Amino acid sequence: MTGLLQIEALGVRRGERDVLRRLSLAVQRGEIVALMGASGVGKTTALRAVAALQAFDAGRIEVDGFALAPGPLPRQSQLGPLRRRVGLVFQAHALFEHVSARDNVTLALRHVLGKTDAEARGVADRLLGSLEVGTRADALPRQLSGGEAQRVAIARALALDPPLLLLDEPTAALDPERRESLGRVLRSLVKDGSRGLLVATHDEAFARAHTDRVVKL
Amino acid sequence: MMLLPLLLFSLQGPVLLWGGDAEGGAPFVEADPADASRVRGFDVEVAETIARGLGRRARFVQVQWSSIDQSVERGDFAIGMSGMEDTPARRARHAVTVPYFEFREVLAVRPQDAGRWRRLRDLKGRRVATLGATMAYDLLLAAKDSFGVIPVSYDDDVHPYSDLIAGRVDAVLLDHIIAKRRSSPRFVIQPEAVATGYYVGVLARADSTLRDSVDAVLIAAMGDGALEQIYRRWDVWDPGQGELFSRITGGGAARGVMGGQAVSVGAYLPSLARAAAITLLLSFLSMGIAVVVGLVLATARVYGSAPVRILATIYVEVVRGTPLLLQLFVIYYGLAGVVRLPAFLAAILALAFNYAAYEAEIYRGALEAVAPAQLEAARTLGFSEGQILRLIRGPQAFRYALAPMTNDFVALLKDSSLVSVITVVELTKQTAIYATNVGSWIVPGLLCAAVYLAMSLPLARLARRFERRWSVV
Repeated sequence: MTGLLQIEALGVRRGERDVLRRLSLAVQRGEIVALMGASGVGKTTALRAVAALQAFDAGRIEVDGFALAPGPLPRQSQLGPLRRRVGLVFQAHALFEHVSARDNVTLALRHVLGKTDAEARGVADRLLGSLEVGTRADALPRQLSGGEAQRVAIARALALDPPLLLLDEPTAALDPERRESLGRVLRSLVKDGSRGLLVATHDEAFARAHTDRVVKL
Repeated sequence: MMLLPLLLFSLQGPVLLWGGDAEGGAPFVEADPADASRVRGFDVEVAETIARGLGRRARFVQVQWSSIDQSVERGDFAIGMSGMEDTPARRARHAVTVPYFEFREVLAVRPQDAGRWRRLRDLKGRRVATLGATMAYDLLLAAKDSFGVIPVSYDDDVHPYSDLIAGRVDAVLLDHIIAKRRSSPRFVIQPEAVATGYYVGVLARADSTLRDSVDAVLIAAMGDGALEQIYRRWDVWDPGQGELFSRITGGGAARGVMGGQAVSVGAYLPSLARAAAITLLLSFLSMGIAVVVGLVLATARVYGSAPVRILATIYVEVVRGTPLLLQLFVIYYGLAGVVRLPAFLAAILALAFNYAAYEAEIYRGALEAVAPAQLEAARTLGFSEGQILRLIRGPQAFRYALAPMTNDFVALLKDSSLVSVITVVELTKQTAIYATNVGSWIVPGLLCAAVYLAMSLPLARLARRFERRWSVV
């Protein structure tokens, strides 16, 4: 296998029903791949399987040399290497409600990577600034607009500097202007060639305009 | 209820309803072992003698001893008799009969202390137990100021003696017939009386005509030997009674009525303030422990292995399913054979372990109310499950738990009044003592309610402020 993300013949069953059947795709560093399909075809399930939030029944997933096999999910303590390789931006953002935008980013830096408060704050402010939400660093999630919350969620997912970033329906709540702006942000994330993006979306126009390849489900 | 006396009158002739507390037991009033629906005791027989003298049939009404004064004024019965002490406060507020029994307040101590603790003045710095809201309690309060004894108030007259034997208190001051009834080789009754008092019948203030008739019957029963026969039957006759009868039938009064000086609100304020402080201290300490134990239980129920979850669930269900009062008795009296906890510590532990069960359920619900996406987001960032609980789930759950926790704390503040059953004099108990002494619940009750409100309202306000500050949405 080569590439940043390799999914081969991925299958997820829920009871008697196939939620995903024989999905195969690859994502290289420096590229943005769209995973397209109507609602309910299993796009989110595929992203969750790659992020090891969802067990799968068949196939194989490999992220930058870390392989996941079918069957029960490994323990969280065994998934450290995967967590450093994959960031996930949830559709509804799932920002930590009780802390500021900045602390959404610094928490993992301090408690997972062991950075000092000052170091973590420096990284968080740089990430938030680069995503144009630096002025909102002290706001609580409930005080952010939908677009701002999404950028903070991207900043949080990038906190551990993972080479693979997964985004679940990132345009769902954005107006056309914000969609364009998001497209530019995503492109900036892969321009140095160290990172690859897999974007689950049903927005065909966005996928054609802002991604390098489209994989249809 | 109003129809009952009329009904009884029509079926059985006129009835004299009299109130007493069978929980007080022999020789005053106790349930008849042969027929638990009937009562017996020397007070029972005195009441029957009075009823006969009035041409009526005596009918017993059970009432808590400390409520007899209030009940008789409410009209629940015509006369209250259950070792009712003759005090100035009682005479001022009710129609009171002539004294019909003379009692002596006597000290009981453990045999090894008999030589050194003969009088109250010998008991400086020692814990002396008695029944709350009695003449003996007033004597101990006075002795606290003059001799430095430490009064310990009980709700019944059994546990003072069992705690004397157990070493929890150093002496008991109570009426000689109570001491005699509880007599045991494990304590001795000092021969010298600390004070003398009298039992009287208590009638509503407006019933002075009936009281005069009752007095006439009692005086006649003293003169014709009827009372002496009753007292001898119950083994409570002594020369003191004969002297009392002579004085009463000769038209004299009983020797000076002691205790229960007329009381003003101001005189009780310091003791109410002290009791309120005890209530607050008790509540804060109990709640602190309840929160910690509740957190452990909730974490066990959410994260624990199956056996741990089952154990935590059993604890929560058993504690929530049994009365706090029972738990207090078990911890204080039931465990006394294993560990002899001081009353205040037992009260804190009972309240804490009881409320821990409720706290655990609040925290479990709050932990489960945190959105699963929050936990998944934390997992994708590489937090361990422990870190997720500490940094994400716990703080968010805390905000959900805050309002019900505040409710629980206010409830605990009020439930803390139950600990008076194990001798801790907190706000409600102090109020009850005050109310008994002044013979009315109106002023003490209003004062007590005001103090509870003053303690609980700021808490509710503080909780609302926290909720606004940490609002999730």
